Amino acid sequence: MNQTAIIKPVPEGTRTIGDVTVPEPVFSCRDVDVFYGDKHAIKKVNIDIGRKQVLAMIGPSGCGKSTFLRCLNRMNDTIVGARVEGLIELDGQDIHEKRQDVVQLRARVGMVFQKPNPFPKSIYENVAYGPRIHGLAGDRAELDEIVNLSLRRAGLWEEVKDRLNQPGTSLSGGQQQRLCIARAIAVNPEVILMDEPCSALDPIATARIEDLIDELRESYAICIVTHSMQQAARVSQRTAYFHLGDLIEVGETNKIFTNPQAKLTEDYITGRFG
Amino acid sequence: MNSTNDLPVKSAEETQALVRKSLARRYRAEKRFRAYGAAAVLSGIGFVIFLFGTILSQGASVFRQSYVQLTVTYDAEVIDPSGARNLDELVTADYQALIRAAMRERFPEVEGRPNLRELYGVVSSAASLELQQRVVADPSIIGSRETLWVLADDTVDMLLKDKVRRSAPEDERRLSDQQIGWIDALVADGSLKLRFNAAFLSNGDSRDPEQAGVRGALIGSALTLLITLSLSFPIGVGAAIYLEEFAPRNRITDIIEVNINNLAAVPSIVFGLLGLAMFIALFGLPRSAPLAGGLVLTLLTLPTIIIASRAALKAVPPSIREAALGMGASRLQMVMHHVIPLATPGMLTGAIIGMARALGESAPLLMIGMVAFVVDIPRSFVDPATALPVQVFLWSDLPERGFVERTSGAIIVLLLFLMVMNATAVILRNKFEKRW
Repeated sequence: MNQTAIIKPVPEGTRTIGDVTVPEPVFSCRDVDVFYGDKHAIKKVNIDIGRKQVLAMIGPSGCGKSTFLRCLNRMNDTIVGARVEGLIELDGQDIHEKRQDVVQLRARVGMVFQKPNPFPKSIYENVAYGPRIHGLAGDRAELDEIVNLSLRRAGLWEEVKDRLNQPGTSLSGGQQQRLCIARAIAVNPEVILMDEPCSALDPIATARIEDLIDELRESYAICIVTHSMQQAARVSQRTAYFHLGDLIEVGETNKIFTNPQAKLTEDYITGRFG
Repeated sequence: MNSTNDLPVKSAEETQALVRKSLARRYRAEKRFRAYGAAAVLSGIGFVIFLFGTILSQGASVFRQSYVQLTVTYDAEVIDPSGARNLDELVTADYQALIRAAMRERFPEVEGRPNLRELYGVVSSAASLELQQRVVADPSIIGSRETLWVLADDTVDMLLKDKVRRSAPEDERRLSDQQIGWIDALVADGSLKLRFNAAFLSNGDSRDPEQAGVRGALIGSALTLLITLSLSFPIGVGAAIYLEEFAPRNRITDIIEVNINNLAAVPSIVFGLLGLAMFIALFGLPRSAPLAGGLVLTLLTLPTIIIASRAALKAVPPSIREAALGMGASRLQMVMHHVIPLATPGMLTGAIIGMARALGESAPLLMIGMVAFVVDIPRSFVDPATALPVQVFLWSDLPERGFVERTSGAIIVLLLFLMVMNATAVILRNKFEKRW
């Protein structure tokens, strides 16, 4: 909210290589730890997420990138035994603060999941769900307008405009994922989190989603977890490399891919492991 | 030096031979398994056919009953000697005398007290009730003559249904040779025959088999189940939703879960004792009433419904929950908008199983007095009543031949009730499934 809020400085002794800060970040995370019971899944992660840009998170399986992503809209709250420590600020406001409502947080930070998960309802109802529960539309016409706009922005309108009443699950995988993106942007969030959004899709559907991400970047901050380094290179402006719960290196995407500073990053992106 | 080619690896031919050998064994095992399965299914079907065959062959005859056609004179001298048309007098009049007169008129040749008593025994004692009802409903018929069908005695009914051996010695039969002669004469001129037995579906219980009907038990069962359904479904589903979606996972909820699972296995008679102690002794609810019965059966069905509903809630894919939460739905919105609609068919299935069990229970109802001999058809939740399975139990215990077919008849009605109930639930379930 408060753009002039003083962003906490990165604590001394952080092991992350590269510049974790950005000017006027939407998210700024300081010393974030996540525990699943006894397992220390995320270790003292410091990172800022910039406005109107795509941050890609890469790393081998089990490195904690999805876990970290789920901290940003507090989806880890739903997991029994998960504990998040440290400071995560959205627009300078601690998201774990008592007066921060988790429902409101999730309206500001949308999420797209790995497997397309449309509700078993009509296409229209899928997109209208968020505006409906948050009371964004005054009447039916306004709701129609939001649905129309969201589907257009997700590049799905032309394909589904004649069958808005058919179930969302009747669409193809790629269309379902774009429906999920339309559903997420229908509530006009500030940030969109994407957890491997293309891992269940074929290359053509993947290309469409990537184009879409590129367009959406003009309005939203986007955080994408991906296993595909090509995808990270294509869609992101900044890249963060995670390894076993540590944030090893952060930097501009072209720098990370052409001139990685850390040995682990270099090994990973050159395909020596992972 | 240590090339992998030197390792003792079998040749491809050897491997294939081994695979072929094991293949034969695997196919044999599969065939055997299928045969077991088919045998199990066939024997199951066999038992079901045997069960239904027995019940239908014994019980189908109950829907037809022997009636005698009599020409009755509504003699004013007998019914209303004072001529005042006083209702109390009309009710208490000796209608049996009218039946006796009609029988004497039909067989004028019969003389002497013992013979006449045998003759009167052909007609059911319920026949006089029939006359009484007609006169009370319309006193203007007094003095007129009417030809009407009245119930025959159950022994006559058994003879007409070939359930009495005519060849047996006379003293082993409940009908004398003389009576069989009259019956044959009546059958020959068409005034004694099997007609549709409406009384079985419209009467309450009776000590006379020819008068006994299932309506009392049917209404009793319906009222009891209405109480059970309207309590156990909302409570059970509510408990399941709370435990599955909202309750914290800790020692207390673990203990509750274990206890619910244990309760599902508790013998039903124990619930009956609990109901007796709690609802009747402590709360003072009326004995033998559908209200108390429904409450006991609610206790009995709750664990079943809770367990089935929890399983249905668990089966809702986590991706749908995440999608809803990720959209900013509150926990309650997630449950109400997405989880419950998807779990409804499963929860209804649980309710069907629970209700079917409740319908078939007799032991707990015995404990709270629903085993009483109730002639009147219950009109409310607090009237004395019995239930269909208890009625089956009661009739199966009686010595008269007529109650054998009534026992099976009541089972048929019970099964039909069950089928109607389940069909309704299945239709409802399919409707909910289609909405999604």
